[in-house]
Amino acid sequence: MRLTCPLCGPRDRREFYYYGAEDYLHRPAPDAPIEAWDDHLHLRTNLAGVIKDLWYHEGGCASWLLVTRNTITHEVLSVERVADRKGASA
Amino acid sequence: MRIAGKGLIDRDTQVSFRFNGTSYVGHRGDTLASALLANGLRVVGRSFKYHRPRGVLTAGSEEPNALVEIMEEGQQTPNTRATVQEIFDGLEARSQNHLGSLRWDLWSLNDLAAPFLSAGFYYKTFMWPRAFWEKLYEPAIRRAAGLGNLSPNADTAPYEKAWASCDLLVIGSGPTGLMAALTSARAGADVILAEEDFRMGGALLSADQVIDGQPALVWVEAALAELDSLPNVRLMTRTTVTGAYDSGVFGALERVGLHRAPDAHLPRECFWRITARRAILASGAMERPIAFPLNDRPGIMMASAVQSYLNRFGVATGRRVTLYANNDAARVTARQLMAAGVRVAAILDSRPDASAVEDCPVYLGAEVLETHGRHGLRAIQGRHTGGEFRLDTDCLAMSGGWNPTLHLTCHMNGRPKWSADLAAFVPSDGAVPGLVAAGAANGSFSTHGALSTGHAAAVQAMADLGLTAPDLALPTAEDAPYRLTPLWSVKGKHRAWLDFANDVTTKDITQAAQEGYTSVEHMKRYTTQGMAPDQGKNSNVAALALLADATGRGIPETGTTTFRPPFTPISIAALGAGGRGKTFAPQRFMTSDQASRDRGAPMIEAGLWYRPSYFPKHGETHWRDSCNREVSYVRNAVGVADVSTLGKIDIQGRDAARFLDLVYTNTFSTLPLNRVRYGLMLREDGLVLDDGTTARLGENHYLMTTTTAAAGLVMRHLDFVHQTHAADWDLRFISVTETWAQFAIAGPKARALLNSVLDQPLGDFPFMAVGPVTVGGVKARLFRISFSGEQGYEIAVPTRYGEALFRDLVARAETMGGGPYGMEALNVLRLEKGFITHAEIHGRTGAFDIGMDKMVSAKKDCIGKRMAMREGLNGPEREQLVGLRCKTEFGSGAHLFTQGTRVHRETGQGYVTSMCYSPTLGEWIGLAFVKNGRARHGEDLRLVDHMRNTDCLVTVCNPVFFDPEGGKLRA
Repeated sequence: MRLTCPLCGPRDRREFYYYGAEDYLHRPAPDAPIEAWDDHLHLRTNLAGVIKDLWYHEGGCASWLLVTRNTITHEVLSVERVADRKGASA
Repeated sequence: MRIAGKGLIDRDTQVSFRFNGTSYVGHRGDTLASALLANGLRVVGRSFKYHRPRGVLTAGSEEPNALVEIMEEGQQTPNTRATVQEIFDGLEARSQNHLGSLRWDLWSLNDLAAPFLSAGFYYKTFMWPRAFWEKLYEPAIRRAAGLGNLSPNADTAPYEKAWASCDLLVIGSGPTGLMAALTSARAGADVILAEEDFRMGGALLSADQVIDGQPALVWVEAALAELDSLPNVRLMTRTTVTGAYDSGVFGALERVGLHRAPDAHLPRECFWRITARRAILASGAMERPIAFPLNDRPGIMMASAVQSYLNRFGVATGRRVTLYANNDAARVTARQLMAAGVRVAAILDSRPDASAVEDCPVYLGAEVLETHGRHGLRAIQGRHTGGEFRLDTDCLAMSGGWNPTLHLTCHMNGRPKWSADLAAFVPSDGAVPGLVAAGAANGSFSTHGALSTGHAAAVQAMADLGLTAPDLALPTAEDAPYRLTPLWSVKGKHRAWLDFANDVTTKDITQAAQEGYTSVEHMKRYTTQGMAPDQGKNSNVAALALLADATGRGIPETGTTTFRPPFTPISIAALGAGGRGKTFAPQRFMTSDQASRDRGAPMIEAGLWYRPSYFPKHGETHWRDSCNREVSYVRNAVGVADVSTLGKIDIQGRDAARFLDLVYTNTFSTLPLNRVRYGLMLREDGLVLDDGTTARLGENHYLMTTTTAAAGLVMRHLDFVHQTHAADWDLRFISVTETWAQFAIAGPKARALLNSVLDQPLGDFPFMAVGPVTVGGVKARLFRISFSGEQGYEIAVPTRYGEALFRDLVARAETMGGGPYGMEALNVLRLEKGFITHAEIHGRTGAFDIGMDKMVSAKKDCIGKRMAMREGLNGPEREQLVGLRCKTEFGSGAHLFTQGTRVHRETGQGYVTSMCYSPTLGEWIGLAFVKNGRARHGEDLRLVDHMRNTDCLVTVCNPVFFDPEGGKLRA
């Protein structure tokens, strides 16, 4: 498997660290109900199909990446830097 | 026996090898199989279950029968296919899977018991009595099971791994592959041509064909010469592409040294990972056997193998050869045999309406019903449309048609589709993105079909890559139509084999169907069809055709089993190349490494780092003697330790303070300049991630330290928080762990030692201060921090000065009654002071558990704050950090119980995380987590350690054993 890092180009998956679902990007407000935090940290939909998840280019530029891919076909649809996406700031 | 004038072997070079202890001679260019056949050996192994004598069946890597053990000095490699193993001077091979001699195998008694050994035999038979299983059945089965034997010695041969990338990977070098490679190479593409065999040419090496009016080999050699001359082409022989993976990645196994006399300079095998933008599968096709009664005798072979041994190796596989086929193609073999002077007894054509015109007898509508010859075929019997026949023959060449070698197209879950015209499965389009099958692998069986589809596939691949393939005249070649009538099995009174390697017969398949194993995947597992080293390459399709017949379904509805990587077996050693011993992981060395080793310090692994365990002195007989002495250096004089392995992260920017407030539970924006503060870092789920000190070097400049173990983890975490929640902040940070060498100087004489090396004597420098100093003119950083409880400093110099400073500090310390201390002493010192490490913050402890809940600031948000506050993480039900003391030794990992209660998992009160002998206190101390522990100081708990057979009482106490007020730190 390979991922195309927006900074480094197409690279072998061994350069990347897999983290988890994109849900980790959407941090609830500090005073949000505990259920919202539980949802944020623990509850995943586990879709078969197109998903977005987070990878870290640990063996490269240290970018956190949002990868859109299809878990059925294994097709990688897009890779973008988390820091570059719209509304990235907290 | 050899046939004069035939074959591509080097007749001028003789090669001497041994098989079962006897010396034989072959030629360069022979495989072990061809050399054994040339020497007239017909029995080369015993079958898996019935231990029947078996001979060579094929001439390729799909061989199910001719599996041998290769003996090397101290090594023994089982299940090597004799059809792939090249011979070299000194090669030593042995047959396998027999008890006693190959000819008189005692296990062949199994064959007499065959009526009882059908599918599901184990499951039905070894059920009872239950007690027999472990004592009797399992040892006996284990002894008889398996094929060859491994060497008991560790494999010390060198293996390698390698990476490559290309525009186009061509898999197979027959007419299809060569044509595809030529077309794309001329278009300027980077091409890798991978061939499993040791010689390029594929089927053209065996087929004795004509291309462009000349022997096909002339064309092959010209094509190879051109490809070899081009800088954009890499030709790889002895390289099997074993798997197709996501994003155009292919695995390939190159047999580098395996085919040669042992050479210490060559790796045995090399495992390649090849990234290709496009790939063409030109792997050809495999001929399939016919399951007729007693079809497993040595001398019964694939027709294509007979042809290959004749044309490529110059070997006649028999004196009177018979052909048994359901198609036209096999007749070419008969004609070539006759042309070479080999007698052909008859052609048995299963089709009643086929042509009978040949230069030998032809029986139409033929069925072979019985074969004779215990250690090799002698005669066959059967019937045909004109009656019955009995033929004396020592070699029966069979052909049930051809299956495209499409395995790689199924490696990403693709399913092949059934072609009724070909009576075979063919690849589905797009099953592996970027890969197309061409030639025989895609059902184009003629040489013209191979050349033209190989060309077309390459033209398309070039177009996909934006390259233009120049016009190229297609060479002329035969284009015979592929005509066959399916023939999977012949019914008779004897067993008819499908899977020769696993001894699966037609009866096993019908029985499986009768017993309800009607799914092809269930049938496979119940009968073990296709589960041998060859993975049923030449038998799976016939087996499922029979299953389809037995269940009344069609073949397409029955479907195939799943073809998974690897295509051929790969040694684990090749996959793990480079991962043996010290090369398993990178090694990181501190600047003091050599100085520590010079002093005889045993080095201990800490993550990837190597740190000194202790520094032994003459007369010390136990590591604890050294450790106690080093502890007393620090408590009574001065000790020096290299602490460079701690992670160091330089953080700068106007938002640096704001960022630290977000990632730490406590506040760093209020930290005064030139001061250090201890910080606690949580994961977002509220549990402790790491701890360490962070110094403020400037208004917008901080230096964070992490633990050695979590340095990488913390960096990743900081990158995550920064990029997800603070991307537009004015903030930059970088790891400077390897930029600075840092040494702890601790003890009552620490300041005196420091002053002896500093260019300017130290002025007022309180506990938790940080500031610039110079050592011999070198700019350094000094921190007043302590991990020992004594007055302590850490001095950091650029890495290149580390070794010199360490040696200097140690030498000076020794003149002051101190010296270097290692990890053991460092651990004792921190335990006496109750400082935690990752033994305590092990991923299940929260701030409350370690008594640091007050450090979670109420005035600001931080990562993990909300979840740290949640129910269940803050109360008497939690296991809390405590100290333990005991007069006798105990171990970490031990469990703690309230006195008088049952010792049971559910009654456990906690567990020990760290322990040591404290020379300062004169007793054994430890840290532990105990339920409601902070309220239980003074209580005696029962400590039980089943691993070390310890059962004793320990006293719960404050985790800070030494100087709880911290007066010494601040002195």
